[in-house]
Amino acid sequence: MRGLLLVARRDLQAYFNTAWGYVVLAAMLLIDGLLFNAWAMGSTAQYSSDVLEKFFYISSGVTMTAAVILTMRLFGEERSAGTMVLLDTAPLTDLQIVLGKFLAGFTMIAILLGLTVYMPGLIFVNGRVSLAHIASGYVGLLMLGAVVTAIGTWGSAVTRGQYVGAAIAGVVTVVFLLTWMLAKVSDPPLKPILSYMALFDKHFQPFQRGRINTESLVYYASVTFAFLALAVRGIQGRRWR
Amino acid sequence: MIEVRGLTRYYGTTRAIEDLAFSIASNEIVGFLGLNGAGKTTTLKILAGLLLPTAGEVRLDGQDLLTAPLEVRKHIGFLPEEPPLYTEMTVRAFLVHVGLLRGLTREEAESAIPSVAERTSITEVLDQVIDTLSHGYRKRVGIAQAIVHHPSLVILDEPIAGLDPVQIVEMREMIVALRATCTVLVSSHILSEVSQTCDRLLILKDGRLVGQGTEAELARRARGLARVVVSARGSREDLARAFDGQPEVTGWTLESEAGGIATVRVDLSGDHREAVVRRMVEAGLGIRRVTEAEAELEQIFLQLTGEGVR
Repeated sequence: MRGLLLVARRDLQAYFNTAWGYVVLAAMLLIDGLLFNAWAMGSTAQYSSDVLEKFFYISSGVTMTAAVILTMRLFGEERSAGTMVLLDTAPLTDLQIVLGKFLAGFTMIAILLGLTVYMPGLIFVNGRVSLAHIASGYVGLLMLGAVVTAIGTWGSAVTRGQYVGAAIAGVVTVVFLLTWMLAKVSDPPLKPILSYMALFDKHFQPFQRGRINTESLVYYASVTFAFLALAVRGIQGRRWR
Repeated sequence: MIEVRGLTRYYGTTRAIEDLAFSIASNEIVGFLGLNGAGKTTTLKILAGLLLPTAGEVRLDGQDLLTAPLEVRKHIGFLPEEPPLYTEMTVRAFLVHVGLLRGLTREEAESAIPSVAERTSITEVLDQVIDTLSHGYRKRVGIAQAIVHHPSLVILDEPIAGLDPVQIVEMREMIVALRATCTVLVSSHILSEVSQTCDRLLILKDGRLVGQGTEAELARRARGLARVVVSARGSREDLARAFDGQPEVTGWTLESEAGGIATVRVDLSGDHREAVVRRMVEAGLGIRRVTEAEAELEQIFLQLTGEGVR
């Protein structure tokens, strides 16, 4: 646990010791804010809960994008700077290294989401929404962020270049997002499987509407675990290459 | 202290090192020599725990690197050719972080900094951001990170690469001083540097160990006591009469001739010193001195690696 936290703390410091972390957070908040103002709030009268749903819809895209961008440097930066050797020669397990880096990326996502709280708060100016709805939406965003952070951690672990890692993570995320479309044109037994795999359509929408869905929590936790396990496998191979 | 047995590493079907066996005693400074591609870096990386061997075993103070890697890594410090540094951190924060990573408590890591900084002469830059340091200071910080956790084995890969002459002298002193607390394994292409710093040498060629020992031992082995320096009363012609055409003499070179005394360097096909003396006596030369010639490290290296140019 200590080694894991050391890795996580150092990676978090790396985000904030350079402009990188601030730039990504600021850019994502700007996009989220602009879309919230232009599309979610809009200029016509609408139910507060609809505005909140739209906010979570926008924030899900921003969260996934931020996760891909923030994780691309986790291993790529260490490799290009030659500092991976510090972790490789330290008495740390590969699991500690991967979990530490995942935790750093996930903490950044949590910080990003924490900074968006003012947007649901603005709804209270002219309307009213349930705090439980807000909470469930944020739980969904955190779970979605965890999944894409795990995918990004894996992408960064198995590739040498940062951009290649980000591209792989982006493609895999998009595949998971679009499986609902494939499900529509598939037949059983593939159809229910593809439908179940849909990262957003099947699993995020309940959170967006204010429901905490246990099945989706299990799904998000499982996918996160699977990609972290793949990331561990990915970096284990480096001692044989 | 370090025991290496049957160490073999393949990259796919390409052999990098094969069946290496050597041991290194505590507080010894050992130099790793070899041409590019000889397997030095692969061996160092295996010893540092960065790579796994295809076969063989490495033991540090009796502990197996393969079966107890985490425990063994606590006692190893490694400096690759390019120092691994988090350049956005200050030197102090970086060294504390590395100490924590290597198993020290925060108190231990913080209290280790002054002495480590003093040993590596970085006290004045401890609170400076690493990105602002010169190459020489970065190398020193690289050494500092390798010793901050008080390892029993320090592995330095090309520690003087890219340093200026003053920095080389400082680095040499630093490496020699490390002997007081740990065993040091140094790889370098600069033979004179290894010669001045190391107690013992390991010479690799094509992934195999072709020689190990002190410089004198290697010299003896490399030429099989086959070079002597002879001083005798006589002329160059007298010496030619004594040495030319003799089967045990493979060549000779006149080094000096003054006051009727000629000094020559004689290459022999083996330890034929007695036969040479006999020939000289038979040729009527007044023998003043016969000594074993000291070989240059370059010559030993070239001879052992089969790259010799005579």
